[in-house]
Amino acid sequence: MNVPTMAEMMAQGKQPEVLFWVGSAGSYDDRAKKITRAFVKILNKANVDFAVLGTEESSTGDAAKRAGNEMVFQMQAMTNIEILNAYEIKKIVTCDPHSFNTLKNEYPELGGTYEVYHHTQYIQQLISEGRLELNGSMDNDRVTFHDPCYLGRANDEYESPRELIKRLGVNLVEMKRNKRNALCCGAGGAQMFKEPEKGDLDVNVLRTRDALKTNPKIIATGCPYCNTMMTDGVKAENKEESVEVLDIAELIANSENL
Amino acid sequence: MEYIDNIIFAILLFAGIAFFVRNVKKLKRNIDLGKDIDRSDRKNERWNNMFRIALGQGKMTRRPVSGLLHIIVYVGFVIINIEVLEIIIDGLFGTHRVLSFMGGFYGFLIGTFEVLAVLVLFSVIVFWIRRMVLRIPRFWNKEMKGFPKNDGLYILYFEMVLMTLFLFMNATDHQFQLAKNGNVISQYLYPFVLENPPIVLHYIERTFWWLHIGGILIFLNYLYYSKHLHILLAFPNTFFANLNPKGQFTNDATVMKEVKLMMDPDADPFAAPQEGEDEGEPEKFGASDVTDLNWVQLLNAYTCTECGRCTSSCPANLTGKELSPRAIMMKTRDRLEEVGKNIDANGGEFKDDGKQLLNDYITPEELWACTSCNACVEECPVSIDPLSIIMDMRRYLVMEQSAAPQELNMMMTNIENNGAPWQYNQMDRLNWKDE
Repeated sequence: MNVPTMAEMMAQGKQPEVLFWVGSAGSYDDRAKKITRAFVKILNKANVDFAVLGTEESSTGDAAKRAGNEMVFQMQAMTNIEILNAYEIKKIVTCDPHSFNTLKNEYPELGGTYEVYHHTQYIQQLISEGRLELNGSMDNDRVTFHDPCYLGRANDEYESPRELIKRLGVNLVEMKRNKRNALCCGAGGAQMFKEPEKGDLDVNVLRTRDALKTNPKIIATGCPYCNTMMTDGVKAENKEESVEVLDIAELIANSENL
Repeated sequence: MEYIDNIIFAILLFAGIAFFVRNVKKLKRNIDLGKDIDRSDRKNERWNNMFRIALGQGKMTRRPVSGLLHIIVYVGFVIINIEVLEIIIDGLFGTHRVLSFMGGFYGFLIGTFEVLAVLVLFSVIVFWIRRMVLRIPRFWNKEMKGFPKNDGLYILYFEMVLMTLFLFMNATDHQFQLAKNGNVISQYLYPFVLENPPIVLHYIERTFWWLHIGGILIFLNYLYYSKHLHILLAFPNTFFANLNPKGQFTNDATVMKEVKLMMDPDADPFAAPQEGEDEGEPEKFGASDVTDLNWVQLLNAYTCTECGRCTSSCPANLTGKELSPRAIMMKTRDRLEEVGKNIDANGGEFKDDGKQLLNDYITPEELWACTSCNACVEECPVSIDPLSIIMDMRRYLVMEQSAAPQELNMMMTNIENNGAPWQYNQMDRLNWKDE
């Protein structure tokens, strides 16, 4: 796969048009790595001149911040900002709404101001600029979209993912709770990394039930953590034979045979 | 003795308003116990929010049934209160329906009030049915036991009684009925009371009149003790609400200072503090009591009317966890009231009572159940932000007490050591491209 790093770019005296922030999940989690690769295929298809930080990338600190550890968060942020600023990064794209939110909203005050895009926004932009064409080859499959909290309510982005899905020739069916009323998958606020408090149901199961009520073939998401939670939810409801959980980048890569 | 009515009225009015003002001052004092936060920027957006969300009830109709009924009660409340102006003039100067000189316009006003009174009465009865017959779950969460449950009902009864008194006050007003100017609803009640001799009718009318104004003054003064302050505080609360994207959490300023120092290669960690530099106690990280919260968060607590839209959309609460964003606001207010009473009892100074918001009111179990999804913030019709309180209290738990759940401690250690929440080698970060 053609994935240049910033260090390589710099050695060649080049500056990419955009930095792809892979994020910790996208770098290490086996399921999320597939999303990362799907997105790189899309970037390559559109001939985007991008680079990654590679081994120079580090956690944004989002999970530590939501857990209350402002100290670890700000240390991470300052370290990342030093590197990003040293490479004179202007534009960042990421597949992780949590990185998206943190880089876009919480880094500026700490000295790191960038133009930050979620990958669905970025792909949407590539299409509107005529750099990428989607030919919608899926046969009207029922797809429902789960809004990631950190893309939706946190940053009011509900349309980019939906516009992309609609371009794929699928039947987009909305859950009863959608957009600003969407129910969380249960991973946010550092819940991903701990057992839930005692209760009578896991949040991801409740959300998966919302999704299954639309009788979908595919549950689409735009967040690696939502993806894990919904995948686990589908398993818990014994639907893994009939329902697939896919990131929008994967949907696009599959339908365009990338 | 001729002026005895007017004197009694003046005393009642003065006492009612004075007591209310006293409580408003207390309210302000308590809110000012919060930390400072600057919300004086972006004035246009703030006014806009206040007009749209508070005055215009912009978020209420997201739930159409309760939203529309609420708008009726709100409009009715605001407009019918114009009548209070006349009542006050009549009461003070012994006049009767002093504004009736306006003729047709007066009739139009009173007619409007009467129609609204019926609509309000209808809405309030539906509200009661929703609570007590349909038992809509958000009115029956566990924090809605005892006073909070009764408080909601008292308000409904108050409104029912006040509207009924208003209509019957008009119905028993013989002159008003004969004038046939604005008695659009009360004319249908008039036949029921007509049998009484005129003098009796007059005393009934006077009684309803007194009960009506008395009821209004009692209601005004009940506000401070009830969940109903939102009718006033919704306005400042929406004005001072957070304008940043909901996902943007504050960067702790105390931490910022420390981290900058750590990252600064020129900083001397052993340097003595400079002249004039604050050598006082180091600032506390996060919040463990109401005085660690900012004044907007405290204003939020007084504004909450316990409608429970937040809790009914909270993923943690929907799956049976202890957390309820509404309870976070109620507990914050309860503790703030306790602190305020403590200050009053101790001559203006807070005397340590061995209690705090954390543990004594809000448990860590509640705080750790939050997914930070912002559903509660999105839902609140008056822009209350329970999430910011939860986050501030988590900061205290983690940075002051190292009291995070064990798995989170591991996650945070991993981020510190490996730059990822899991225990992977930093050097493997790019392996995905060749897999």
